[in-house]
Amino acid sequence: MAKILIHGKEYEVADGQNLLQACLTLGFDIPYFCWHPAMHSAGACRQCAVKVFRDENDTRGRIIMSCVTPVAEGMRVSIDDAEAKAFRENVVEWLMSNHPHDCPVCDEGGECHLQDMTQMTGHVYRRFRFKKRTYRNQYLGPLINHEMNRCIQCYRCVRFYKGYAGGNDLDAFASRNRVYFGRSEDGALESPFSGNLVEVCPTGVFTDKTFRAHFTRKWDLQTAPSVCVHCGVGCNTIPGERYGELRRIRNRYNGEVNGYFLCDRGRFGYEFVNSPMRLKKAVIKNGEGGQAVSKEEALKLIARMIGMGGKVMAIGSPRASVETNFALRELSGAEDFYSGFSRQEAALVSLVVEVMANGPASSPSLKEVRGADAVLVLGEDATNTAPVLALALRQAAKNGPLKAAMQLGIPYWDDMAIKTATQGKKGPFYSAAPYATALDDVSVKTFYGPPEEIARFGMAIARELNGSLPQVEGLDDETASLAREAAAALLAAERPLVVSGTGSGSEAVIQAAANIAWALCGVNRQAFLSLVMPECSTLGAALIDSRGLDKAAEAAASGGFDTLVVAENDIFMRMEREDAKDFLDSFSNVIVIDHIITDTVKAAHVALPGAAFAESTGTLVSFEGRAQRFFQVYAPEDERQAAWRWLNDMTDAAGVKRLRWEILDDVTAAAASAISALGKLTQAAPSAAFRIAGQKIARQTHRRSGRTAVRAEEIYEPKPPDDMDAPFTFSMEGFQGQPPSPLVPRFWSPGWNSVQSITKYQESVGGPMRSGDPGVRLIEPKVVAAPFFRAAPIPFKARKYGWLLVPMHRIFGSEELSLLSAPLAGLTARPFVGLSKEDAERLEAEEGEEIIVRSGGKELSLPATIVRGLVQGVAALPHLPGISIVTLPAWGVLARAKRKAA
Amino acid sequence: MSILDAIWRMFLHAFRERVTVQYPDERPVLPPRYRGRIILSRDPDGQERCVACYLCAAACPPDCISLQADEDGDGRRYPAFFRINFSRCIFCGYCEEACPTYAIQLTPDYEMSEFKRPSLVYEKKDLLISGTGKYPGYWYYKVAGVALKGKDKGEGAEEEAPVDVRSLMP
Repeated sequence: MAKILIHGKEYEVADGQNLLQACLTLGFDIPYFCWHPAMHSAGACRQCAVKVFRDENDTRGRIIMSCVTPVAEGMRVSIDDAEAKAFRENVVEWLMSNHPHDCPVCDEGGECHLQDMTQMTGHVYRRFRFKKRTYRNQYLGPLINHEMNRCIQCYRCVRFYKGYAGGNDLDAFASRNRVYFGRSEDGALESPFSGNLVEVCPTGVFTDKTFRAHFTRKWDLQTAPSVCVHCGVGCNTIPGERYGELRRIRNRYNGEVNGYFLCDRGRFGYEFVNSPMRLKKAVIKNGEGGQAVSKEEALKLIARMIGMGGKVMAIGSPRASVETNFALRELSGAEDFYSGFSRQEAALVSLVVEVMANGPASSPSLKEVRGADAVLVLGEDATNTAPVLALALRQAAKNGPLKAAMQLGIPYWDDMAIKTATQGKKGPFYSAAPYATALDDVSVKTFYGPPEEIARFGMAIARELNGSLPQVEGLDDETASLAREAAAALLAAERPLVVSGTGSGSEAVIQAAANIAWALCGVNRQAFLSLVMPECSTLGAALIDSRGLDKAAEAAASGGFDTLVVAENDIFMRMEREDAKDFLDSFSNVIVIDHIITDTVKAAHVALPGAAFAESTGTLVSFEGRAQRFFQVYAPEDERQAAWRWLNDMTDAAGVKRLRWEILDDVTAAAASAISALGKLTQAAPSAAFRIAGQKIARQTHRRSGRTAVRAEEIYEPKPPDDMDAPFTFSMEGFQGQPPSPLVPRFWSPGWNSVQSITKYQESVGGPMRSGDPGVRLIEPKVVAAPFFRAAPIPFKARKYGWLLVPMHRIFGSEELSLLSAPLAGLTARPFVGLSKEDAERLEAEEGEEIIVRSGGKELSLPATIVRGLVQGVAALPHLPGISIVTLPAWGVLARAKRKAA
Repeated sequence: MSILDAIWRMFLHAFRERVTVQYPDERPVLPPRYRGRIILSRDPDGQERCVACYLCAAACPPDCISLQADEDGDGRRYPAFFRINFSRCIFCGYCEEACPTYAIQLTPDYEMSEFKRPSLVYEKKDLLISGTGKYPGYWYYKVAGVALKGKDKGEGAEEEAPVDVRSLMP
């Protein structure tokens, strides 16, 4: 700790940071543009000037840039000094000399950092009498809007896009006062993290195009804290609603998880909530097609179905909340509840749970991932299965060179100096993948091979680390030396990290990853093992039950069941179509609760409209093992409600086994007491009874508009709906200050209308939220001898007439819900089959030519695409709609489609 | 005694000038800045002036303005709907002060009585007038930096021609 004097008063600040960080942490307001808490200082904008004095006799002092000045013991600082203030006002005046007069039509208006900073410096009057500079804009794709006139040349966009997220199609062009930020030519931004430009840009150059299509100012959005449902990372989000429609997603800072950034799937996938594929009314199947009925009618019919006393089977879902899955389990009994995994998923997920629960390696939070000093990625294409994890891994890759640079005496926050010192060097980062991934550019070396070979490579590394493990036979020299190199790098690190997951579809890969992490634990390293799971609550579902749908089908075939209840699961995506059909046909009643219209909903006798994430409250468990509560953002006008509440209503109506639940907390508490692994579930967030000064927390801002006009035609304005499940009101009435971190509905602070107000919610700038980061970890590592897996898979051998088809995940298209988001649909790849260059030559197929893929009795015709990194004899099939092969990897036959008769 | 004084004063009032106006036969002349019925005006070229920036709604103390922004094919913002609930309006004029485009204006018309309350809910068609109202020359898009159909970058008032990004000149 260092003591510094600000305006003559003594403050204790942490060593090693810069003066701007220190002052912001202490609550002082200093304007800034180019400094960003995650990307640190550039010293480009000259806005954060303050005055420092040599000693108590120094009355003149000197102006310095606080973001590039380290704090020092006894430093005397003045923020309010008249000269410093005038300097800051001048800087803003210069920036404003070219800034256009278009705030009314700018989407950033009202949450603009430039507006805030201009207000803060007190600049109000334009003295500059000359013309304004203009730029032409670019088309940057369906997600981001470009308006270059508004640019203030702070360089944050390229520093994020290139430096932080590893993109290479956005850059600074031209010179002097013509500097331009954009692409070399029009076209969609390629980075899957492009949406963060909206929040990174301090003004309105990059704005959210999907939001523009139904634009609302920040103060009119009804918001609540939420958790992203589009992958297993569990990023914290702030969805905003207006007029009954979900309008946008913003990042919600959680220091342990996503930090400041989201991926584009999470940011723009929300449009599925507004899609025409939503199920909004209860539907009963009659003869042909369905008939929409009221809630009462549907419940009456269901009461007859389940009230007769027939046996009920329940199928949950890895994309449903823990509460919904638990309610299903209570309805059917633990024996007849299945979490709704496919056979393959069930095997992989059970293995992951076993590894997490019984091994000594800790599952890292993303903060720990960002802090890892050696990384091995084994078989997981994280950019496509868990994008924000990939972003964190990218930061971990910089830690090695960063450490070296810091030994030269450069502070970690001096971004430009660090970049100069590291010269793009790579840290100890090794990966193994079946095909080239987006993280290859940060890895020192990448091993390419089919899952079996990746597992063998992993086993070889584990053997290097622990001599008691079996030798992997038959490795070639190159692989063996790479394994030795990777093992040495991991061993040299203090916080090594192994990343793997279900994405490769191979249990052996997960076992190999576990062996490596456990072996590292055995040599006194605090090793982390991050195992990626695909959906938002895969782990939550697996902790309740991890048997697959194949087991459910077996049980159903053995008879005795009358009714099937499915919640938020499309079983046609997880079973072969015919098997799924047979399975559903084996029940006389099929009841499905979902919020989107899936094939399973279409096949149901009764379909009930469930609530999407923004319309209900619940708990999700991320693959880290972190239970996080998402809160209802708005109350839908119709009968959509959370699936667990439908189940409660169903049993009420039937009068069978009454689930005595009134509110969500009852379900959460019941789940926590019934299932020991979920014991800490209730600590994920404060309960619905939580009050601050006797008040609930307001979902609407104090400056919400239109309250007396929106529903004017009704004359008597109805009372806002009650929320029994959460400590929030659907109103502007309620607590507007800073609640505990899991309950922060939006970031705002007086004078700080933009997202930069996050600083005011943190204990220290860039550190944890006040009262701790949200969420509770359910699984901690055991202090035990590692239960190593000893079997290494047999080597892969390319077949003469067959190809190993490996799964390939795509960020847009491989996830069920974001697929329904119209803006993302345009970015979804068309189905293809990926071939290595050698195989394409062998098939005499050119890029784009139709290839017939036969596997498991199915035949698909797909255009060929050359995929880098694939080894001979291995082909990649993307996980996209239209590719109906459920279980991959699998063997298949490829053949060139016959050419049309010439 | 005081009663007689009062009667005398009343008698004198009979010869004073009348203050009462015989409304509706006679109508008072109100100054143009009188804060009466709210209208939405148009640009000199006849296009809607409102760019749906939501500032009037935010400034409104009784929250009686609601609207939704939309954009037409030319790049102009406009309100898809614009509603003022005059049964709640307090005619404070804050909306007019907040409006950056002079679109929303208060007029000296006060004859708005209705028999039914829903009739006091004015939609955009009820609010839009055909002229520029009190501010004849103002044309927001001429001074805003955004490009529209018919007004490219650099063609607005006080704007330089767009920067040539590929120029190497110092």
